[in-house]
Amino acid sequence: MTMFSSRAWREYPQRYRLEASKFKKSGKTYFPPRKVDPETGDTEREIVRLPDTGKLLTFTVIRIAPSQWGDLAPYAIGIAELTDGTRIMAQFTDCDVEEVKIGMDVRIEFRRVQEEGHHGVISYGYKFVPKWY
Amino acid sequence: MAGIVGYGAHLPRHRIKVEEIAKVWGADAPSYKRGLMLSEKSVPPPDMDTITLSVEATRRALARAPHVDPADIGAIYIGSESHPYAVKPSGVTVAEAIGATPDIHCADFEFACKAGSEAMYVALSHVKAGEMKYALGIAGDTSQGAPSDALEFSASAGAAAFIMGTEKLVAECLFTHSYMTDVPDFWRREHEFYPQHGGRFTGEEAYFNTTKGASNAILKKSGMKPADFKYAVFHQPNGKFPQRVSRELGFTQEQIDPGWLAPRLGNTYSGASPVGLTATLDVSQPGDLILMCSYGSGAGADAFIWKVTERIDEVRDLAVRTHKLLDENVTYIDYGTYVKFRRKIRKNA
Repeated sequence: MTMFSSRAWREYPQRYRLEASKFKKSGKTYFPPRKVDPETGDTEREIVRLPDTGKLLTFTVIRIAPSQWGDLAPYAIGIAELTDGTRIMAQFTDCDVEEVKIGMDVRIEFRRVQEEGHHGVISYGYKFVPKWY
Repeated sequence: MAGIVGYGAHLPRHRIKVEEIAKVWGADAPSYKRGLMLSEKSVPPPDMDTITLSVEATRRALARAPHVDPADIGAIYIGSESHPYAVKPSGVTVAEAIGATPDIHCADFEFACKAGSEAMYVALSHVKAGEMKYALGIAGDTSQGAPSDALEFSASAGAAAFIMGTEKLVAECLFTHSYMTDVPDFWRREHEFYPQHGGRFTGEEAYFNTTKGASNAILKKSGMKPADFKYAVFHQPNGKFPQRVSRELGFTQEQIDPGWLAPRLGNTYSGASPVGLTATLDVSQPGDLILMCSYGSGAGADAFIWKVTERIDEVRDLAVRTHKLLDENVTYIDYGTYVKFRRKIRKNA
């Protein structure tokens, strides 16, 4: 069994609140957040929260899943462009893989991401659901 | 003046019909549907639990209160009988997810189906006492009913969140009254997976006596009568109980209709009357009076009288309405998927 809770804990700001870094010089937003803008070398940044809706750019379907996601297979993983232009990758939930289409509107929801078996820590984070309202 | 500043609900997309459960256990679906006055219930998928439902409901409550800075929320209380952990608070995860940490007080409440209204009551009391600017009361459950038990037809999932405060209210709380006695009508012992109930005993001596006790007491305290209310919301373990108790108390079907969700939602336990209140607020008008009365086995009831303010017109559509979550984007699942979702199948770990 993998121990991932310490990493998850360090990443709460991005996993729970979609916190990204926006750099002063370029105005670019990065998610996951970066400390240095790879294009300008700028370190002056502010933490911003990403919007929770966007459009799907691309996706793939996982049919043979790693053990902790085996019960959810088949599921899609996609990259969406959020309404502020930032791109984010997430797993789909509440959605048959046949429903997933490039260009569809997605919404981000707070879900369980993985568990350390029946006894361990539960990790939470964001997933995509089809945007229907 | 204290009351609700923002409210929100969340429900799973998945549903299972009474017929689908009945066919597996050889039960007579029409008599269950008639007896419980319930045709289907919501089912949480494996990646949804009381914490995730609470976070989504809270985000909607915040959307309806755009002026509230989460850092000003002084307390988060979650009432549930299905906290994901036996030991580790649910409230702190919600607090992290909305950005309300670290200067905050969190506690998880339990009182069977009344835990949610308890969380609302304590949150309300804090802001009323001036202890904090805002406090969050959340009611949510992913309740379990033992396979083939009558509860399996109704135990469902959903959550509602209420930001309590003293300014810019959506609904002012005029009166509260709590009523409780020791009644062994429903329980779950430590380490047991499914709850147990006292069969027919759970009706008259438990639900009806307690709900009427709290409702009659708050009516007496306030000097109001059923006709003074535009709406009423009662705990709804099935469709029938709230309908009967409201009639016996002197309320009409029209008064309970907007918050009477159990016939298609099932029993969301701690979420039942609070989710019903969100659906009722969604359609209420400024000045409307709403009586809400929860019920929790064991047994007790918390009653509230809410007076809707003119802010309702500004906020009701800042987040999705509860009836939209109940009526649209619904997926029906079979019993096999249901038992997989609810982790009722024994697997190798």
